[in-house]
Amino acid sequence: MAYSEKVIEHYENPRNVGTLDKDDPNVGTGLVGAPACGDVMRLQIKVGEDGVIQEAKFKTFGCGSAIASSSLATEWITGKTVDEAATIQNSQIAEELSLPPVKIHCSVLAEDAIKSAIADFKQKRAARKALEG
Amino acid sequence: MTLKLPIYMDNHSTTPVDPRVLEAMLPYFTKTFGNAASRTHSFGWEAEAAVEAARDTIAELIGAESGKEITFTSGATESDNLAIKGVAEYYGGKGKHIITTTIEHKAVLDTCKRLEKQGFSVTYLPVGTDGIVDPAAIEAAITDQTILVSVMLANNEMGAIQPLEAIGKITRAKGVLLHSDAVQGIGKTPFSVKTMNVDLASITAHKMYGPKGVGCLYVRRSKPRVRLMAQMDGGGHERGNRSGTLNVPGIVGFAKAAELMLREGAAENARILALRERLHRGILAKTDEVILNGHPERRLPGNLNLSFAFVEGESLMMAIKDVAVSSGSACTSASLEPSYVLRSMGLEETLAHSSIRFGIGRFNTEEEIDYVAELVSSKVNKLRSISPLYEMHKDGIDLNSVQWAAH
Repeated sequence: MAYSEKVIEHYENPRNVGTLDKDDPNVGTGLVGAPACGDVMRLQIKVGEDGVIQEAKFKTFGCGSAIASSSLATEWITGKTVDEAATIQNSQIAEELSLPPVKIHCSVLAEDAIKSAIADFKQKRAARKALEG
Repeated sequence: MTLKLPIYMDNHSTTPVDPRVLEAMLPYFTKTFGNAASRTHSFGWEAEAAVEAARDTIAELIGAESGKEITFTSGATESDNLAIKGVAEYYGGKGKHIITTTIEHKAVLDTCKRLEKQGFSVTYLPVGTDGIVDPAAIEAAITDQTILVSVMLANNEMGAIQPLEAIGKITRAKGVLLHSDAVQGIGKTPFSVKTMNVDLASITAHKMYGPKGVGCLYVRRSKPRVRLMAQMDGGGHERGNRSGTLNVPGIVGFAKAAELMLREGAAENARILALRERLHRGILAKTDEVILNGHPERRLPGNLNLSFAFVEGESLMMAIKDVAVSSGSACTSASLEPSYVLRSMGLEETLAHSSIRFGIGRFNTEEEIDYVAELVSSKVNKLRSISPLYEMHKDGIDLNSVQWAAH
C-alpha cells in the first residue's frame, strides 16, 4: 500500500495517544469499529464548562491509515467546541491524508469516533444537569 | 559483516535466482540459443540436449521414473490449470466430481470454480486447526463419480505439510487420480511421486532459487498412464501436452536449481530450520500473546506464521518496513477480507488480521534473524501501547463479550 507522506508522518509520530479517565464526568468516550473487521478506534475528549474540548486522546487497532485518521482527528478537535467538532466530515480527513479509495472507511471510522465521543459526553452532561436540576 | 537493509524474508512469494543458476543460464541466451524443436541443425540439437538433461534432473528431484514425465510450462499456475482442466476434459465422461481442500492456492481453487460452472461438482474439504487435511475425510468424500483429488504438498501461508503419502494410498486404491500443487514444498520437505503415488504434480522454478516464468507439470506415464486434454493448441510440443517454443534458458536454470536442491537441500533445510527456531524464540523472549499458525512440527522449515494479538498486521508491516514479509490482514488485500487460509483453519478473524508470515530462505543470515526478532518485538510492543484492545485485555475485559459495531 502506497501511503501519502502525511499518513506516514502521523503513523510514525501519532499525536495524542493515551487514555483519559472514562468515569470523569467531563470526559466523553467513543469506541467504534470491530476487531473482526480489522480496526477499532477509541477516541476520548475532555470538555470544559464552556463546551470547548480541552484535551483529546486516542488509541487505535488498525492499519496505518486508521492510526493516522484517528491521530489527525484528535489534533483537529482539540480547542474546538463540541458542536464545532461534530461538523467534521470524513471526507475532510480523507482529503487531508490523501487516503486511497480502499482506505476511505478509516476516515469514516474516525468521524464516527468523534461523534460517538461527543454523544457520550453530552449524555453524561445531560444526566448530571438532570441530577443537579 | 554489516547488516544490509532492506532484508528479504518473503521467500514463499518468490526467491532470488541463485548466482550459480544464473551462470548456468547465460550461455543459453546468446550462444546456445537454438529452438529445441529445430531438428535440422546443431543449434537446435544442442538446445534439445540441454532440455532433455533438464528433464532428467527434475525427474530425479521428484522421484519420477523418467524425464519423459516432465511437461514444461510457464509456471505453477499454468501447471495447475493444465492438470485440473486437462484431466477434467479428458476423463469427464467417466465422472464429474473433483475433491480438493479449502486452503489450496487460487490457481487450484479458481480452476475448480470454473469447472463447476461447466457442470463438474467439486468438494472443498476443510482442514483442522493445525492446517492439515484429514485423509479419512478424502476417502469418505470419494464417490464413483470422482476422477481427481488435488491436495497441495505444503501450504504457502502457514507452511503445513499435507499427508500426501496417506492420501496417495487411498486414491490409488480407489482408482482416482491424485494431483499435487507441490510448489512450496519441493526441495524443502520430502516429496516423491513414486512413494506418494502422486499422478500429477505442479512445480515452479522461482520458489527454489530458479528464474520466474518457468515451471513444469509431472504427468505419470505408467501405472496408471495419465492422459490430459491440452489447454494450449499449436505445434504439439511437450508430447502434445503443451504447445509453445520451450524457454530453454529458463529450463536450464530450473534444472540447475533442482540440482542444487538435490545436492544441498538436506543441509540447507537444517540450517533454515535452525534460523526459524531462532527467530521464533527471539520474538517470544520479548513479546507475549503470540500465536503460531499451522502445525508446530509438520511445516516447511522456513515458514513462521505468527499472529500478534491486539496488533493489526498491516500496521506492523509498516513499522518494520525494512523487512519484507507478508500478512494475512485484510488491509493487505484488495478484497478487504482476511486470509481465507487462516480463516478456514478456524482462526478467529481478529487473529487473522494480526498475522505475519516470515519466509526464511537460502540467503538469510543469523544476523538478519536477530535483527528482525528485535525489531518485531519492539514494534509490536509499541503498537500495543496505542492499541485499545491491548489495554482492554490488560484491564481484564473479555474482548469477545464486547458488543462491537461491525462495519
